[in-house]
Order: sequence, then structure tokens, then C-alpha cells
Amino acid sequence: MEIIELLGFGAKGWGALILTGMLLTLCVTLASLAIGALVGGLIATAKLSNFWWLRVLGTTYTTIFRGVPELLIIYLIYFGGSNAVTAIGHAMGIEGFLGMPSFLAGALAVGLISAAYQAEVYRGAYRAIPRGEIEAAASIGMPPLRCVRRIILPQILRFAIPGLNNVWQLSLKDSALISVTGLAELMRTTQVAAGSTRQYFMFYIVGGLLYLVLTSFSERLFNSAERRSNKSMPRGMGQV
Amino acid sequence: MDFAFLYSTMKALLAATPTTIGLFSLSVFFGGLLALVIVTMRVSNNIIARNFAKGYIFVFRGSPLLIQMFLVFYGLGQFGVIRHSFVWPALREPFICAVLSLALCTAGYSAEIFRSGLRAVPPGEVEAARAAGMSGFLLLRRIIAPIALRHALPAYSTEIVLMVKSTALASLVTVWEITGVAQRLISQTYRTMEIFLCAAALYLLLNFIILQALSLLENRLNRHHRRPTERKPSVMNALFGARP
Repeated sequence: MEIIELLGFGAKGWGALILTGMLLTLCVTLASLAIGALVGGLIATAKLSNFWWLRVLGTTYTTIFRGVPELLIIYLIYFGGSNAVTAIGHAMGIEGFLGMPSFLAGALAVGLISAAYQAEVYRGAYRAIPRGEIEAAASIGMPPLRCVRRIILPQILRFAIPGLNNVWQLSLKDSALISVTGLAELMRTTQVAAGSTRQYFMFYIVGGLLYLVLTSFSERLFNSAERRSNKSMPRGMGQV
Repeated sequence: MDFAFLYSTMKALLAATPTTIGLFSLSVFFGGLLALVIVTMRVSNNIIARNFAKGYIFVFRGSPLLIQMFLVFYGLGQFGVIRHSFVWPALREPFICAVLSLALCTAGYSAEIFRSGLRAVPPGEVEAARAAGMSGFLLLRRIIAPIALRHALPAYSTEIVLMVKSTALASLVTVWEITGVAQRLISQTYRTMEIFLCAAALYLLLNFIILQALSLLENRLNRHHRRPTERKPSVMNALFGARP
């Protein structure tokens, strides 16, 4: 059986490489989720701020990163980053073209896109917190920072889980575009395997199925997290 | 700022814009038609049709568009049956492959959006229409479709903007649309920032026009929800015929 040999772990098999690629896809998406949480939190704070120029800044960021194709942003970060790295290299006396590490470029690009979506999720979650709770905290003399830590953040995290599920699914699929930078994640490995064995149809089906495994498995994880975080809440509409 | 360079970049990108618009409008049109078929199967009583629609939506929403596009473009040509059949002259064209995979993908997302619109139709209204003797296509055209469309439109606008962005992937199967041309210019000149800004401006303008058109449509569909006093005479009303 030729197909089993090609997908196996033997000398001619691509199985191990494809599974490594799947792991790399997971790692790069996790890294982009972390970058997106950090930047997205800042953008959400800017959009909720009382200063008009911060709000304009936040809105500009979310408009650009949600309205421009992901591929274009990956090109910007990868080629732009490589230009910057080369310039720094020249300043330090290293000649020639220096490429930006493709893992870093990919995680940064998908992370910055995910930040724009996460900012909207966090903003919506903040709006869902009853105003009275924040006022109550202030009225018993809780300092603002402690109010953020004790009252606001835990509830934002709870309300944001369904939205974060959507963002995670988007990023997982966006991560396939990082293959254009040559990072050997699932998409790229599938592409190389398909090209060198000429079994395009079979390898792309296998790659697609592995992405389906990733998306459906993580969906379950998010749903159980949502159930868990809602344990202390009365059951209402739209709960899983 | 090098305005001569920006001007020549913009000219090259504008020349590629019709390709992007063509990809977008064809795939939204065919994807929308396919989504209507899928959603009909999804809500039907036939268990085979329902499960097929469920599987379709799961597969096309759960895997990246890029892998679907490569499957259509590289995968189908592998089979002699397809290479020697009458569809091959069409499937050999990268543009048609790109439209096909974009339409297949958006049909999965749109079917779910249309279904959520259908769920917003109050059962009482359907029952009332049935009591008045409406059924079949008449019921669909007069009662169900208008309500479902109104509820689905905001989510569908988001999907349409996502489609504008998705057309960029066609550059990876050698269709020269805006992103493909931008990438070629970047690798020729290494002036990433300027080219990115030009292409981004084009995409934002496209999205802006499409969103404005859709919100105008949404406004018109929700006319009866507004109070008469809210209707102020405006340029838009004068242009599009709403009476003050």
C-alpha cells in the first residue's frame, strides 16, 4: 500500500514531519494568541479611554487590521521586518541580506491581526460588567487598580470566553498563511509533501483533516471552559 | 515622501483592482446561491440532507481557505477523469479555481448566518400566514424571507467584508489581483511600507464602499421600525426616494 507508506513514519513516510508541522501550527497560534491578548488589551483600554486621541488611535488600529487582507499584513511584517533586521545588521557591520526569523514574523503578524479582534471582544466584555459593581467597589474605598484586579478582570475573562473562541478559530486558520514565509508549519509541510510526491489531492485532504482536528478539539476545550466559568452564574440565555 | 513612486505603485495596484472586484462579486454571488441550497438542506426534515449540510458546514468552516484552494487548483488536476472531461478547460484557469473555492468556502459560513436569520422568524407569524391560507413559496416570499433577511444582514455584511479580504489568497494560485501585484512590487523594490500603505488604502476604500451600501440597504429594510419623527429630510433620502 503506497498511501500508507507515504503517510507512515518510515524512511519514505511524511507522517512524522506532518505531525511536527501540526505541533508548530499550534505553537505559532498560541504565541499569536498571547501577543494578541497583550496588544488587544491595550487597544481595548485605548478605545474605552476618556481621551479622544486614544480612542481615535484604537479605532484606526482595529479598522486597519480588520479591513486589510491577512496576507498583506504578513508580507508587511516579514519583508518590512527583514529590511529592519538587515539595516541593524549593516549598522553592526554585518554585510548582506538578513531575514527575520519566520516563526517570529508569523506569530507577530497573526498576533497583531488577532489583537484587533480581541480588542473588540474585551471591549464588549467590559461593557457587560454591571456599572453598579464598579461603583460599589469605589464607594467602599477600593483603589482603582485593585478594582481592576478584583472586580473587572475576572469578569472580563468570563464574558470574553465565547468571543475568544471565535478569535482563536480565526487565528488557527490565519496561521496557514504563514506558510508563505517558509515556516514549516502544517500548511507548508503539506505543500512540500504534496509537491515532492505528486500526491496533491491526498496530502491536501490529510492536511485539511488535521486542521479540522485542531479546530474541533479546541472548540470543545473552549466550550468546557465556558461551562466551568459559568458555574457560579444563574443559567440564562445563550449558554452552552 | 517619494510621490512619483507612490503614484506609479498606485497605478499598478489600480490596474489589478478589477480582478479583485471580479473575484469578490462572482464568489459572493455563487456562494450566496449555494448557501441558500445548503441552508434549505440544513433545515429540511430529510435526515440525509440535514447531515450532509451539517458536514459541509463543519468541513468548510473548520479548515483554512488556503488548503481548500490548493485542493481545487492542484488536487483536482491529478485525476485523469477530470483532466479528460469537459470541465478541464475551466478548471485549468486559476481565476475560475479561485472563484470556485472562495464560493464553496463562503457558502459554509453564509449558510450558518442565513440559518440564524431563519431562527429569528417568530413562529406565530408563520402560523398566522398559514391560517390565512398561505403556504409554500408564497409563505417564503412574503413572510419568512423578508424577516430572515433583515435579521441576517448585519452578520452577512461582516462575512462579505471577510470575503473582500479572502480574495487576497487568489494571488497564491497565480491570479494577479491587488495583493499579488503588491507582493511582486515588494520583492522588486524592497519598499515594503509605501506599497503596503497603497494596497491597504485600496482595500479599506473597497470595504468602506461595500459597508456603506449594505448599511443603506439595512436602513431601507428596517424602515417600518423607525418612528415617523426620526425621518429627517436628508441628501440620502432625497437620493433614494424615502419621503420625509
